[in-house]
Amino acid sequence: MKQLIHDLRGAVVSTLVFTVVLCGAYPLVVWAVAQTAFPDKANGSLIKDADGTVRGSTLLGQNFTGEAWFQPRPSAAGAFGYDAASSSGSNLGPTSQKLADAIKERVAAYRTANGLAETESVPADAVTASGSGLDPHISLRNAELQAGRVARARNLTVEQVRVLIARCTQKPDAGLLGDAGVNVLQLNLELERMPHSATSSTGTP
Amino acid sequence: MHTSDWLQLALFIGLLAVITKPLGLYLTRVLDPQGRTFLDPVLGPLERLTYALMGVDRTREQNWKQYTVAMLLFSVAGCAFTYAILRLQHLLPFNPQGLGPLNHHLAFNTAISFTTNTNWQSYGGEGTVSYFSQMVGLTLHNFTSAATGIAIAAALVRGITRQSTGVLGNFWVDLVRSTYYLLLPLSLVFAIFLVSQGMIQNFKPYDTATLLEPQKVQVEKKTEAGETVQGADGKPVMEEQVITTQTIVQGPMASQVAIKMLGTNGGGFANANAAHPFENPTPLSNFLQMLSIFAIGSGLTYYLGRMTKNQAHGWSVWGAMMTLFVAGVLICWWAEARGNPIHQALGVSLTDGNMEGKEVRFGIMNSSLFATVTTAASCGAVNAMHDSFTAIGGLVPLFMMELGEVVIGGVGAGLYGMLVFVVLAVFIAGLMVGRTPEYLGKKIHAYDVKMAMLSLLVLCLSILGFTAWASVSDWGLAGLNNAGPHGFSEMLYAYSSTTANNGSAFGGLTANPANGDPHYNVTLGFAMLIGRFLMIIPIMALAGSLVQKKISPPSVGTFPVAGVTFTVLLIGTVLLVGALNFLPALALGPIVEHFLMLKGQLF
Repeated sequence: MKQLIHDLRGAVVSTLVFTVVLCGAYPLVVWAVAQTAFPDKANGSLIKDADGTVRGSTLLGQNFTGEAWFQPRPSAAGAFGYDAASSSGSNLGPTSQKLADAIKERVAAYRTANGLAETESVPADAVTASGSGLDPHISLRNAELQAGRVARARNLTVEQVRVLIARCTQKPDAGLLGDAGVNVLQLNLELERMPHSATSSTGTP
Repeated sequence: MHTSDWLQLALFIGLLAVITKPLGLYLTRVLDPQGRTFLDPVLGPLERLTYALMGVDRTREQNWKQYTVAMLLFSVAGCAFTYAILRLQHLLPFNPQGLGPLNHHLAFNTAISFTTNTNWQSYGGEGTVSYFSQMVGLTLHNFTSAATGIAIAAALVRGITRQSTGVLGNFWVDLVRSTYYLLLPLSLVFAIFLVSQGMIQNFKPYDTATLLEPQKVQVEKKTEAGETVQGADGKPVMEEQVITTQTIVQGPMASQVAIKMLGTNGGGFANANAAHPFENPTPLSNFLQMLSIFAIGSGLTYYLGRMTKNQAHGWSVWGAMMTLFVAGVLICWWAEARGNPIHQALGVSLTDGNMEGKEVRFGIMNSSLFATVTTAASCGAVNAMHDSFTAIGGLVPLFMMELGEVVIGGVGAGLYGMLVFVVLAVFIAGLMVGRTPEYLGKKIHAYDVKMAMLSLLVLCLSILGFTAWASVSDWGLAGLNNAGPHGFSEMLYAYSSTTANNGSAFGGLTANPANGDPHYNVTLGFAMLIGRFLMIIPIMALAGSLVQKKISPPSVGTFPVAGVTFTVLLIGTVLLVGALNFLPALALGPIVEHFLMLKGQLF
């Protein structure tokens, strides 16, 4: 019995001491170092306008549906997609009727929007939802296939758009790790900054 | 399956092999109460102060029962502490979003989930738990449940290496030393690295971004009372709404994620876990997160070799683990790269693989590798949605968990789980040649084998028993997101993951239905308790039995526990004893789904 009380004291006291050290001091030290050394990243890699309005985060995808914009991957985050307060994948399995129906519809829409032939294959990332629902990237082929449509809608040459795509392409880390992708939000921001761009941020055709 | 993908896999295994020895050597110092480390000047005073406050005499060792009781009391205290925080989070600080308390069964499930090192996320991260709950209620267990696992592993190893004694070390000393000297410094460095990659670490409220292109959406029209307006045709009336903003989550993420990986916890800060771009911003952060999941568990195999003065034994165990692991990675990667023929028939590119539920920056290879790493170790963090993997791609994570989390496994838990199989392997070898089985000079008797088998059969009973119950119950079927065999897989995965203390999920399954039915939260909670403690108790009894035995010198009849023969035998034991039990269930889930997928059958 004495032993039990002794152990109980150990259990309660250690929980409290650990709380102070591991849940108080430790995160605060990480916070202090992070805010000093990497303030931009520690606060969400936010993109701001000249007047300080937050326009998004370089790490988080946003939805775009107009033809003058590069369109991101389908998203299952929140009811309408790209809800960054509700990250989620579709969690639909390989034999899901619902998923197959959605992909069928997305393939048709993608081919129509980007002028692909009925026989041409569609990049997988363009018609599938990501794990987070906030994937900021699309594949290089997906961006290339959308370039013509965006250029036409904005009265730009395809070459001009390709230059921007190259600028917003994230290569594998250290030339090896991961897959290359094009950051859609950054690319669309670059498009907005183009002098002859025909579409403003408020009106989409 | 490109060349660069193969290089990444080789780099991963190569780096893991390289860090195993230094980590193992460091572990021998941490797990020796008198051991000296380079951190003594900083942490020594803190360690002594902690003992003083707890009233612990660091030189006093415990027998297996005392050790186990101390561990159980500590777990109960921590579990109650977290339950209280989750139930009272609306009254506690650091809750800028004003989130309400968790209901009792969700708090029960979550507190157990973190206490048992499972970190099954029944809650939805950013939308459910406050910064305080994350930082205190959950992060505490990320450290302590990992340290508890390491302590148990150390006690079992002492049981093997000591002779003719009753004591296995002091739980409190093992707990404190693993936390302070191992987990805390590693997490600190890793957290800062993660911030350098883009992970957030702040205490500010969520930000609101103004969208570049406002989005028009159709929503159901509601009356002022919040009721849906119905049209003449009985369908809800839709109205147009324009979304102009995006809410950007914030919080102290890096400090939690670092230990979530190193401690093989896996409970995410965000709902999407390591698929969320904040929680895993770059391929480099992804690579090191995978490495950190395996790091300590891999180092522990070196510790085993060092302590048993048979380094070849340590490496043979490591070799068996890595053989099973590489086989798993290759199968999963092959299946995911091959893609889904149903979707390919609809026009999806044949060469892109199955991208549903995966992030572009990781691609097929790093998603498959992560899925295998996180389930081989009992981490459970995910960088892709396992629910959306192809049938065979999803079978691999499921199978890894059902092996009993012994392929590297959870920190500590992997080693003690694997040592159970080692005992069984030498027992089987002994039966085959007709000699008394012997492990490192210790005779294995009926009691030892009974304890080893008990710890395995409990897992089987929990996984298959609960799955069977759920699959014939209304509450079980109501939580599913998929129909057909995939729905069965969702249930099997849930109970495999919780019993194995993994924590990853076929995330479609919801344990929190709209009608508030508590069955899933409660049964999953019990599966986690069974998988953790009903496994540890027989293992500690085994340690208590082994430590009393004499070590006899090796003779010509001794079965060597190092080398290829032993490794093959160990792999065979894991596969036959550990996994064969689950084959019928797997046949009803992913295996039949694979053939239906090839046939084009949809549900």
